[in-house]
Amino acid sequence: MTMAFDAKIPEGPLEEKWDNHRFQIKLVNPANKRRFDVIVVGTGLAGASAAASLAELGYNVKVVTFHDSPRRAHSIAAQGGINAAKNYKNDGDSIYRLFYDTIKGGDYRSREANVYRLAQVSVDIIDQCVAQGVPFAREYGGLLDNRSFGGAQVSRTFYARGQTGQQLLLGAYQALMRGVHSYGIQLYPRTEMLDVVVKDGRTAGIVCRDLNTGEVFSMSGHAVVLATGGYGNAFYLSTNAKNSNVTAAWRAAKKGAYFANPCYTQIHPTCIPASDEFQSKLTLMSESLRNDGRVWVPNKMDDTRSPDQIPEDDRDYFLERRYPAFGNLVPRDVASRAIKHEVDAGRGVGPLKNGVYLDLSEATNRLGHDVIEERYGNLFEMYERIAGEDPYKVPMRIYPAIHYTMGGLWVDYNLMSNLPGLFVLGEANFSDHGANRLGASALMQGLADGYFVLPYTIGDYLAPLLGTTPLSVDDPAFAAAEHAIDDQVRRLLSINGKKTVDEIHRELGRVLWDNCGMARTEQSLSKALAEIPAIREEFWKNVCVLGENESRNQALEKAGRVADFLEFGELMVLDALRRNESCGGHFREEYQTEDGEALRDDEHYAYVAAWEFKGVDNEPELHKEQLNFEYAHPSTRSYK
Amino acid sequence: MSNASMRITLTVWRQASADAGGGFETYDVPGVSPDMSFLEMLDVVNERLMHDGKEPIAFDHDCREGICGACGFMINGQAHGPERATATCQLHMRKFRDGDHLTIEPWRAAGFPLVKDLIVDRTAFDRIIESGGYVSVGTGGAPDGNLIPIPKPVADAAMDAAACIGCGACVAACPNGAAQLFTSAKMQHLNLLPQGQAERWDRTVNMVESMETYFGSCTNHRECEAACPKSISIDFIALMNKDYAKAQLKQRRLIGQTFP
Repeated sequence: MTMAFDAKIPEGPLEEKWDNHRFQIKLVNPANKRRFDVIVVGTGLAGASAAASLAELGYNVKVVTFHDSPRRAHSIAAQGGINAAKNYKNDGDSIYRLFYDTIKGGDYRSREANVYRLAQVSVDIIDQCVAQGVPFAREYGGLLDNRSFGGAQVSRTFYARGQTGQQLLLGAYQALMRGVHSYGIQLYPRTEMLDVVVKDGRTAGIVCRDLNTGEVFSMSGHAVVLATGGYGNAFYLSTNAKNSNVTAAWRAAKKGAYFANPCYTQIHPTCIPASDEFQSKLTLMSESLRNDGRVWVPNKMDDTRSPDQIPEDDRDYFLERRYPAFGNLVPRDVASRAIKHEVDAGRGVGPLKNGVYLDLSEATNRLGHDVIEERYGNLFEMYERIAGEDPYKVPMRIYPAIHYTMGGLWVDYNLMSNLPGLFVLGEANFSDHGANRLGASALMQGLADGYFVLPYTIGDYLAPLLGTTPLSVDDPAFAAAEHAIDDQVRRLLSINGKKTVDEIHRELGRVLWDNCGMARTEQSLSKALAEIPAIREEFWKNVCVLGENESRNQALEKAGRVADFLEFGELMVLDALRRNESCGGHFREEYQTEDGEALRDDEHYAYVAAWEFKGVDNEPELHKEQLNFEYAHPSTRSYK
Repeated sequence: MSNASMRITLTVWRQASADAGGGFETYDVPGVSPDMSFLEMLDVVNERLMHDGKEPIAFDHDCREGICGACGFMINGQAHGPERATATCQLHMRKFRDGDHLTIEPWRAAGFPLVKDLIVDRTAFDRIIESGGYVSVGTGGAPDGNLIPIPKPVADAAMDAAACIGCGACVAACPNGAAQLFTSAKMQHLNLLPQGQAERWDRTVNMVESMETYFGSCTNHRECEAACPKSISIDFIALMNKDYAKAQLKQRRLIGQTFP
């Protein structure tokens, strides 16, 4: 299958690209919008905001989510905040600065035009959310409060206590439910998308499974929008919600959508270390804690003193020592590797020696208990529940964990994949964060895509289709896809092996974390490439899925998702192996500076790696999209 | 942190589907680490069940950080278990003792039909939001976010209400199966803010009427507040009742004009 591979970046100066583009793309007349059916998969920030906005415009919108309610999507768990170039703090922020910080933070592996547009619409997002009633934090004068956030030297982050993701998602969810009430949105909860159907070069619809009844059915439309999140759970242990998965994106990839930069995975530095082998997921502590917290380890290995008994002279504040200018606020990838370095050197703390201290005692003394409680109270409570220690008395212990995935389905400037009619938003696409995402930028991107980008760009695709009817769901193309899903379900239920789905998922996760995690080498990646197919083979021979298809069967659902991780994981490793440089979240040990920092190779690797699926046991084909930097010239990131 | 291993006896409600009959089954659960969350303990039980060729216990869960609102069941008769202000996923086994006998069963309320084992259908909450739990602003054209100053105490109170995670513990804890705490939190978040004023009275009436379609009546037991993992205050129910009474007086069709 040969597909168009054009990023469609508009001509003209950076500042004018989006305006020019909006003027040049085709429009659908307001009265004609109701003639188009759009299917939105996923109800996180990107999916819910897109569905609400498209329905308000007049499109017929169907929304699919595997959750029992759209409000459960994992965007809800984001704690810290959302960036916007409002410059309310008068500290020199601007659209250009947010653009520049994002490009630099992404280690020069994202598109300038996309990132500039993201910075432009960031200011509209805040206004939109305020109008919806999102209860952002306020100052005493009644104006919006901002704080600085990991990796930024200006205060541009808006927040709602430690629950910013929740409040933004509820805003989008409420807009979506208003669409159900007033604009005819049809909502399909507890419905999992399991395939994309492509016919005659266009996306024709999707095939779904009703999770309560096991019924497999098809939906057709003029366009399909995937907003199905990231693939961090490939690693088994991550900060993602337990049900987050790569299935929707991966099955689209198997139908020809290119998967871009899968090796760009973000490790979040401030998570609670694992406590035992039963650990089911890792919990993130917002990196806003790094604003007031100091990260340290004891100078001495195996220092058994309680942390408050260790005097200043016996502590190593290693982020402040190594990065005097940014200190504890260095970007996530830099902080994570520094923490790994200390723990690998045997200076880790806690019962399993698998963490470092994140200490707010100095800030508590300086600002008072009340201020710290106001800022971080809910995070401290959460830490105490999980770790069983009171962070007001004992410093928290933290360690990095998989948190976000910058890679995703390849999209052009219109957020359309190489499959015409298949749009991809939010974390599920690859577009804006390059090789590393800055803190408080995921919420911004999800809402930018859904509220302010897709509603314009989808019209350009739909306008020429006026008068066409979507493919009938009785078409053989849909029937074939439905049969394939029925077959897979029957196969999974008939293996009756000895290992549970989770046991096999943990094995995959261990291979990925050990060999394709925070630090990667040619050797470790080659080892993983050899091991993953064996795990996949064992899965299909020896997995145990009990019960039936016709009623709720969570093990069956999980089995389908793990089957996809077992294929996708291999692509992630292959991408990491082929990228012979270090950049952002992709750190190859062979490519580092004398100081142990990531060493990019701009001459050979300033491209987006877009992989085309060629069959499970065949090597995928690599397509390269060259990245050009006309404004933000690549330089070595330095946070010293 | 403790390395001592606990042994728990677990009695769990098992029901294959809404139509099937259900009943309690009891499992002996040795080797429980105090550092496990309650759901991780259930994961272990499920792994063992599957190795014995038995179907695992179905339960809703997702973020396991106490924010998505997916999880929750009754533990010894208490919604989300014994720890105050804590969702089931954030409850850890160190809160129990070696040898404890725990009975877990799904939310039981007419408004939440059972799906399987511990899973119930909470779609009624979405219906309440659909009836008016939003501010009717379309995308685009919103004024600058700082145009309307909102006093910090007002923003804070709205946030207190908005913290609701929609888990349904309030309904499960209520002897009447009433959803007043959920509905009032979702409503008052918006009714307290300047942005929510334009639709305040319609919102109040519509949400209350939708709520009454699915759920029982409030008779001030206050069990909801005690069960709420986010400590939402029943003061919001009082505010909702006040707004509902006012909304009746402000019925525009009767008076013939709009009152602010």
